[in-house]
Parts: sequence; C-alpha cells; structure tokens
Amino acid sequence: MCQVGEDYVEPPPREPPPVPRPGCGQKCVKCKQGDPVVVIRAGDAFCRDCFKAFYVHKFRAMLGKNRLIFPGEKVLLAWSGGPSSSSMVWQVLEVRPHHPQGLSQDSAKRLRFVPGVVYVDEGAACGQSPEDRAKTLAEVKQVLHVVNFPWHLVALEEVFSLPPSVLRCCPQEPAGTEGAYKSAVDSFLQQYHVLGAEGAEDSCGRARGEEERPWPQSQDPHSLPSPAGPPSAAQTEALCRLFESVRTLTAKEELLQTLRSHLILHVARAHGYSKVMTGDSCTRLAIKLMTNLALGRGAFLAWDTGFSDERHGDVVVVRPMRDHTLKEVAFYNRLFAVPLVFTPAVDTKAPEKASVHRLMEAFILRLQAQFPSTVSTVYRTGEKLVKAPRDGCGGGPSGPRCLLCLCTLDIDTADSATAFGAQTSSLSQMPPSTLQAEAGTPTAPCCAVGEGPGCCWKARGRTDDAQAQVTQQLCYGCRGNMSDLPSLDRLPPYILAEAQLRSQRAGVMQEIQEYLIEDSSDEAEGPQS
Amino acid sequence: MPAPTCASCHAARAALRRPRSGQALCGPCFCAAFEAEVLHTVVAGRLLPPGAVVAVGASGGKDSTVLAHVLRELAPRLDVALRLVAVDEGIGGYRDEALAAVRRQAARWELPLTVVAYEDLFRGWTMDAVARSTAGTGRGRSCCTFCGVLRRRALEEGARLVGATHIVTGHNADDMAETVLMNFLRGDAARLARGGGLGSRGEGGALPRCRPLQFASQKEVVLYAHFRRLDYFSEECVYAPEAFRGHARDLLKRLEAVRPTAALDLVHSAERLALAPAVRPPRPGACSRCGALASRALCQACALLDGLARGRPRLAIGEREHRGGGDAEGTRGRARAAVEAAAAAL
Repeated sequence: MCQVGEDYVEPPPREPPPVPRPGCGQKCVKCKQGDPVVVIRAGDAFCRDCFKAFYVHKFRAMLGKNRLIFPGEKVLLAWSGGPSSSSMVWQVLEVRPHHPQGLSQDSAKRLRFVPGVVYVDEGAACGQSPEDRAKTLAEVKQVLHVVNFPWHLVALEEVFSLPPSVLRCCPQEPAGTEGAYKSAVDSFLQQYHVLGAEGAEDSCGRARGEEERPWPQSQDPHSLPSPAGPPSAAQTEALCRLFESVRTLTAKEELLQTLRSHLILHVARAHGYSKVMTGDSCTRLAIKLMTNLALGRGAFLAWDTGFSDERHGDVVVVRPMRDHTLKEVAFYNRLFAVPLVFTPAVDTKAPEKASVHRLMEAFILRLQAQFPSTVSTVYRTGEKLVKAPRDGCGGGPSGPRCLLCLCTLDIDTADSATAFGAQTSSLSQMPPSTLQAEAGTPTAPCCAVGEGPGCCWKARGRTDDAQAQVTQQLCYGCRGNMSDLPSLDRLPPYILAEAQLRSQRAGVMQEIQEYLIEDSSDEAEGPQS
Repeated sequence: MPAPTCASCHAARAALRRPRSGQALCGPCFCAAFEAEVLHTVVAGRLLPPGAVVAVGASGGKDSTVLAHVLRELAPRLDVALRLVAVDEGIGGYRDEALAAVRRQAARWELPLTVVAYEDLFRGWTMDAVARSTAGTGRGRSCCTFCGVLRRRALEEGARLVGATHIVTGHNADDMAETVLMNFLRGDAARLARGGGLGSRGEGGALPRCRPLQFASQKEVVLYAHFRRLDYFSEECVYAPEAFRGHARDLLKRLEAVRPTAALDLVHSAERLALAPAVRPPRPGACSRCGALASRALCQACALLDGLARGRPRLAIGEREHRGGGDAEGTRGRARAAVEAAAAAL
C-alpha cells in the first residue's frame, strides 16, 4: 500500500499514476523532481531512481564501512531463492564492472571481489517430493544462468559425505589491518588500469582468473564425492529419517541451519572462497536475535548476528544486507523485478506456536506493526554486543568449541549457581540432609575434558556413552536442541566421527596431563590436525 | 489411571510432575527437592554467609511467601537470622489486605516483621497520591516506574532499620526471563550489562541483594506454596499493570508452551550476554542529596520525588533529570528520621 500506482501487471510508465491521494502532490524527497513511487519511512517518499540509489548505497556502504572484503577476493554468495538473498545477489550483479546495467562507470566505486553463488537444495528436509524438487531446481538453474556467476548447486544430502575436518576451526593468518586494506585496493586499481588499457571487455574476466566459466555443477578436483547429479536415494532416505525423528520443529530448524552452514562452509573451503555472504536483513536479524536469546545462545549473539562471523577461522561469514529492512527488500525486488525462487521451508504453513522461531517472528512483526521502532531497537541493541565472553565467564578464544555451532563453549561447571548448574545438578534426587556446604571452587568446564567426576549431564543417564560423548561437546543451546533428538546415531557420520576423535584426544590429554609442565597462562590444547 | 509412584522415594504415590523435567514426585519429595535447590543456589553462589542477618522483602504474594518459608526451613543450616520487611505503598484497598497476609505469616512463623510506609519515608507521598498526580500528565502508566523505584529505596531503608546485612527478594526465573526480553526489546543495554547475575554484591555502601529463587520457575513456586499450604495474597495491583511487561510476559508464556526450558534458557542467555565496554554503566557514585547509590547526580528516588514535588512528575526512567536545588537533607536522611520516629511511637 505504500507504493503509489501499484498494479499487478507489468507497471510500465504509461501514464502518471492515478494519484491524487492527499499529500501525493509532493515530489521525491531526494531529487525534488521525480514522482515518488514508494514511501519507506513515514513521510519519506522516494522516486524510483532515488530509491535504487539509496538501496544500493546502503549495501555498498555496509561493505565499505567494514573493509573486510579485499579486492580480488573470492566471495561465495549464499542464495536460498528468498527475497533477501536474491536481492543481495542482484546488488552484486548490478555493481559489477562492465555489467550492462552497471550502476557506476567509475571504477573506484565498483565492487572488486570475485563472486560465486551457492544454492543448497533442502527439499528432502522439507518433505518435498522428487518431482517438486526437480521443478525447483530447474527454476534455480534458470536464475543462475541469468546471473551468470560461477555457481555451486549442492543437495543437503551431501552432509552424509562431509569430512570431519569441516568441524575444525582453521586458524587464519593475521587479519589485514587498515593499511593492508588500502594498499591492496591501490595495487588492485593499478592492475585494473593496466588491464583496462588492453581491452575493457576482457579485463574483468582476467581479473577473475581461471574461474570465469560458469560451472554447470561444482566440478572441482577437491569437490564432494558425489558432485553432480541427484543425491542417492539412500542418502535422501537417511536425511528424511533424521529430520522425521526430531521431536520439535524448533530443534528441526536449528538442525537444518547447522547442517546447511557446515555444507556451505565445506563448499567455500573446497573452492577457495574466503568469505561467505548471507542475505540476512535487518528484520530477520532482529528476529534471530530474540530467537537465539530464547534458545540460550546469549553468549553467541554477536557471532550469530554481527556483520562478520570469524568462528570458522579461514572462511568468514559476512552479512551485508543487515541494514535493509524486509520492507525495503520487498519493494526493491518488486520495482526492479529481481527473480526469486519460492521453496517451502521446514516451517512453511506451520502454526505460530509450532516453534520458537515462528513464535518470535510473529511476535516481533506484530509488535513492529504497533510500535514501528521495534525492529530497529532490537537490532541496535544487538550491535552493542561483543564477541568476547562476558567478564568473569571463562573460555577464552582458545577454549574448547561446540561440536555443532563451533562457538567457544558457554558451559558452566556442573552444580554451579547458574541456570546451567541448576539444570544439571543431581540434587533433586538427593534428600537435603546429604547436602553439605560444598564450597563450589570454580574450575575449568568439566565437560571439555571429557569424563571428569561429576561431569555434566550425568543425571541425564549414562546409558548411551556415545550419546553422552557428543552431548558433552555441545554448547548450552545445542544441548537443548539435541535433547529433542531421540537418538544421535542418525546424525551424519562426520559429526559422530569428529565427536569420537575429540573425546579420544581429550582422554589422551588427561593421561599425560600430570607430566606436562605448564609455562604460560595458555591452556594446553589438543593438536589441531 | 492410578498415579505412578514417586521417582525419588519410590514409596508414595506421585502427586505432581515437575514442569521442567517431567519427573513424577510426591508432595514431600518435591518440597524437599525444591528446598535443596534453593539451598544449593545460596551455597554455590555464596549469597548468604553464615551469621548474616537477612531482610526478606515480603509483599504477601506467592514468591516472597515461598522464599520466606524456604529460608526459614534452611536458616539453621545456613546459620542466618531472618527479618521480614514489608513495604506499605499506600494503595487503598489493595495493600491493606496484602499486609494482613504478611502479618499472618509473620505470626505463624514467629519471624520479626517491620513495615515501612511510603508516606513516612517520602514526604507524605503515598502511591495513591502519586497516581493522582500523574493521572493528568498523560503518564498514568508510569505508576509502576515510581512504585518500583520507591519500593527499592523503602526496602533498603527497612533493612537498615532492622540491622540487616543482606536483602533477599523473591524474583523467580520467569521474572528474570521477562526482564531480559523486555530490556532487549526496549534496547536497554546498560541494564542488560548489569543484569544476569544472582544479585548485586553491595557496592557503594548499599546492602548486598540477591534472588535465591532465580532458577525456580513460577510454576514450581506455586506448586511449592500449594503443597506446603502456604497462605498468600494473590490479587493484582489496582493500578494499571505495566503494559510493556505484559508483552514480555505473554511472549514468555507462549515460549514455555513450545519449549519448557525457555525461562531458564533466557536466564542462561542473560548470564552470558557480553556488552561492549562503552555501554556498560559507569561505576555508581553517591546521590548528591541523600547519599544513596546513584549513577547520576541525583538518585532515581530523589529525582522522581523532586519531579513530584514540583508538580511535574514527567520524569521517568532514562529521562534526564533537572538539577534540583535546595533541600540538602534528601530522602534518605528524612526517611531514616521518619522511620525512627515511627518505630519510637510503636
């Protein structure tokens, strides 16, 4: 309703819109000339061109402000077919050098990274039929051909052939400083001008290097064992069984998110991408902040929703759409006919009270309708969070990491006076008389070391050692989600293998612990590889 | 269908399922477990050292009633002395009944009770008077803001009056979870940075405060009160319920329906939220008027009273105060004098 002259057929500028609503005599607030077509905030009417400039500027400003993406760097765009990520891919396309619709001819203003697109086919987890999946894939490929970046089409089933190394954090060389960024830009521009003299048409192709040719499917030597073609029926069935066994929709959504991020991480590593861009909008991030808060992920909010997420070390996840509201995204996509692909998600058509995610989404959007500052307030609160652990909470960057979300564990000692301790203590079974004043001396998180006496979740039952082994390596939030799985055996093999490896290593460390001489304040850590 | 046997004593029939774990227990085993958990929180968190004189903020409601009862059971083991402190906000028709409930409890448990009244502490301002004063200013909903700030101060004064070394309040896990949601929704980074712990250690001369029931869910508190047959007052305050907290409360209820551990998950999140150093509140100083703990020139209570006295009760939490002049005595000195006078008169 905010778009003047909205029409459901192709809206060509045939005639002036059938306006005269009160206040519509006004002109665009930016250029004071054009006829406004969309009101973004109360009173701010933009014409088509100014809206586009405003929108694209936001995207570029977000990247320019953070100076994280170096010229010539390979960046993987995580595209789901939905509005925000499609809009993101379109932005990158529009501001590429020598694109016919290239926004600016000024080379200094162009994006200088080398993009690729990854699409994860989640049909099996969302219960799509093989026919529907094939149809969706055809649509996806059509869009990918239009975009014409190198692309990688992976099915979620491929998590069953991931190597355990996905779950390891690969340390990154020291991050580039301000100076490094500037000199990289300068040298890139110089190189660019040299190439420009040779032939403007080819220059971008050469700058992109050997990967100019869009791949029909990922066909890299280091690629996944089953690169091309549809996934095997056995894997599809295993994936379906895994997702069907999850008791709650909340845990299902979290599991899907986890597996998807591992798969994208693997694709990025296999093909040498050092950045992954996701299309989270401001609205989506506000919802995610509140959802993760309710899921007990308070320690990781800055990782989960910040501009950059370095938890994997070598591959950094970047969220360049975080200043765009969902409303702006929707208008942009509509005004500029950005191609989308609709696919049902795990929560499509689910009632509002089916999961924490759905509940929080509905709550925030409803509150936003009443109080239009809700989303931006939550989002700005999130920006004040930092990634370092809170004072007094242990676990530096070198501490043990969660097996699934790869964040530094946020687990308190069992039986401590914390929300975690309150749930893990086995007190409820004991009569109060057996309780003495146990002076809780703070120690290192016991679950990290494996099987210390009185280790966490003992109360939950030692019936299944393998199960306990996995659980002990999880953060608070992931434990909550995994407790909704009846059996962890159905998880993809790479997770179980890595869990076993880690606990073996922890066992070995414990054996030799007494012979080690501690010198620095740094905790002795298991070897990384 | 017969009830299952209790999972703890394996003898009696179970009478309830614990909301969080689903464990079936009999009444006595549940109460014992509940008390053990509170004891564990107090011991592991080192909240109340042996020999402490503990002022229990008693409102007559379920939380403070359960807290007082549990602590009375645990007092010999913790080696602490208990004092009940109730605050009379001066809300006609509502507070009288609540105070009657507190008096009954004190008599039944033989605990010393002290009642401090807003009227005596704050230059004659009762909540009824505050409500009348704010009604015309379009801030009718800010009653809870005033009442919250003033009650905090009143409790502190009452605790000092009875010679307490520690203050405990009955906030439960649901209250904490609501507060986190609310602070996040309204962008109160300073409160998010400060909150999360089990209370404050008592800096700047204020008494240490803590919340021993922080990990107990509201449902368990009600269950405990039910099985111990506790007599408490359960009516809502006559002034409009806090609108914003209503949203958070509603959300929490729905979250708990989807995931039973939601409240504790939120408490865990609050314990672990790491705020940027810039938004962490500065070290509190002292109020220039009454000397109480204050993060600005005037403490919140003095600032609110100042606004009321000028007939401009516009000041709410977070708004800048105008520098008030005169009145060097301040609320605290005045309050103490009033309380002492009241005590002498009894």
